[in-house]
Amino acid sequence: MRISAIALNTFREAVRDRILYSILAFALLLIGASAILASLSIGQEGRIIKDLGLASSSLFGAFIAIFLGIGLVFKEIERRTIYAIIAKPIHRFQFLLGKYIGLVLTLLVTVGMMALLVVGLAWAIDGYWTPGLLAAAALDFIALMIVTAVALLFSTFTTPTLSAIFALGVFLIGRLSGDLKIFADQFAGLGLRIIVNGIYLVLPDLSRFQIGSRVVNALPLDSADVTWTVLYGLAYILMLLFLAIGIFQRRDFK
Amino acid sequence: MEPVIEIEGLCKDFRAGFWRRRMRVLHSLDLVVHQGEIFGYLGPNGAGKTTTLKLLTGLILPTAGSAHIMGRDLTDVAAKQHIGFLPENPYFYDYLTGREFLDFCGRLFDLTASDRRDRISRLLRLTEMEEAADRQLRKYSKGMLQRLGLAQALVNDPLLVILDEPMSGLDPLGRKAMRDIILQLKAEGRTIFFSSHILPDVEVLCDRVGILVAGQLRDVGRLDQILKTETESIELTLTHVPAEVVATLQGLAQTPVLEQPDGVLIRLPDEQRLDMALRAALAAGARVISVVPQRVTLEAHFLREVQGAAR
Repeated sequence: MRISAIALNTFREAVRDRILYSILAFALLLIGASAILASLSIGQEGRIIKDLGLASSSLFGAFIAIFLGIGLVFKEIERRTIYAIIAKPIHRFQFLLGKYIGLVLTLLVTVGMMALLVVGLAWAIDGYWTPGLLAAAALDFIALMIVTAVALLFSTFTTPTLSAIFALGVFLIGRLSGDLKIFADQFAGLGLRIIVNGIYLVLPDLSRFQIGSRVVNALPLDSADVTWTVLYGLAYILMLLFLAIGIFQRRDFK
Repeated sequence: MEPVIEIEGLCKDFRAGFWRRRMRVLHSLDLVVHQGEIFGYLGPNGAGKTTTLKLLTGLILPTAGSAHIMGRDLTDVAAKQHIGFLPENPYFYDYLTGREFLDFCGRLFDLTASDRRDRISRLLRLTEMEEAADRQLRKYSKGMLQRLGLAQALVNDPLLVILDEPMSGLDPLGRKAMRDIILQLKAEGRTIFFSSHILPDVEVLCDRVGILVAGQLRDVGRLDQILKTETESIELTLTHVPAEVVATLQGLAQTPVLEQPDGVLIRLPDEQRLDMALRAALAAGARVISVVPQRVTLEAHFLREVQGAAR
């Protein structure tokens, strides 16, 4: 009840904030514009819509996750809104989980809208459904949940600017670390290989969650692989949340 | 009387500066607040008042010592079930309406929907916020936020109400309304613990006060006990005073004799000097208009405590 109250409140705050609408409007515009771009290509219209649409939805989803996530806790402390909340009979972990769930809910609605637009456009152009697109969007959504948890973790102990830099860094490296690892394993010397492998192990491997190109090219999906990826994502989120709670429990709200 | 707040040896250190040096902002505080009293927690800015209130509400964690609220240790979240807290210069979520925010607060206490509805409409009436209830909080003035802050502090029907500077930022009307509400809360049997540096309000309201200076509790007690022992001076007003007697009176007075249109005003340090002044004046044919002993005001006492600590 208490966690859901915080979550609902976070969601309500977020959906009434103009920043969300600006990002969302821009994302929907870009996805819409990909339809124009698609019309310039011959025979590849559906493919371009799907590729660009999924990429935009993923990128703007990450923007929302990072830019709302970094202020999630910091803003509450800075504006002192947290004072009246923590003075009520609520555990600090309940507060943090509520904030997280509220933002994930916000993401679900916004990314859901983007995904539906992509699926709708692809259907209009191809003339047939591609349900795999929804699976790709769903898997990418788990990656966004990781990014949100990263932003939340930084938000519990540092300023929004630093949080944004760290979270963006984790997002970019996370998207590339899989490729970097393959690259390092093949070409790099021992030292660099250890460093790259270390980074790969510590930071989340977000590239695992990108199955868009397989879906677009109608390649088969390995269901075991997808299941492992989902489990990996959930485990990573839990670990980040535990860490964030551990820091948040000990904080003084000065 | 049952103790509602029991604080024992409560200390708080903050780390500050580049080297993260420890600074003690609250020194071994011992304090008991009883059921049904209005306790005024006074001190200059930076004395540690807000720190104490934040410790009591779990916003910061103590370095040492303990505090119990109605017998429950502070670390027990259930202790907060019966506390209402109004932070200093409260600020809430911009995009919620007043009613939505109060409803949210009610949910945090696990109140049922019908309980929330009843309480919220009662509190909106009490704080005279009915008209603004459905406006978003970013459009609220400072005084309105303060009223809403009070309403959210009372949403759980608390036995203990903790108010951090409840009068700050309010106009005279708002202060009067806040005073009336605090007295009403006391009449309903609640305990009120509030910090303030607006001393006239404290004098009117409080059963007991504590004076905190530089993190140390300097004085605790009933206002009349703290102030009774100190009669600061006696003001004597006379008319028809011959000019040569004024000089004699000046010799006895604490401050220069004030010549007013309807007589002279003499401030005397004690009763002995008053006797002497009265005898001299009456012998010279002067008439007495008034003799008023000047009790030490809370403000003077407070200033003395603060200056004493600085020395």
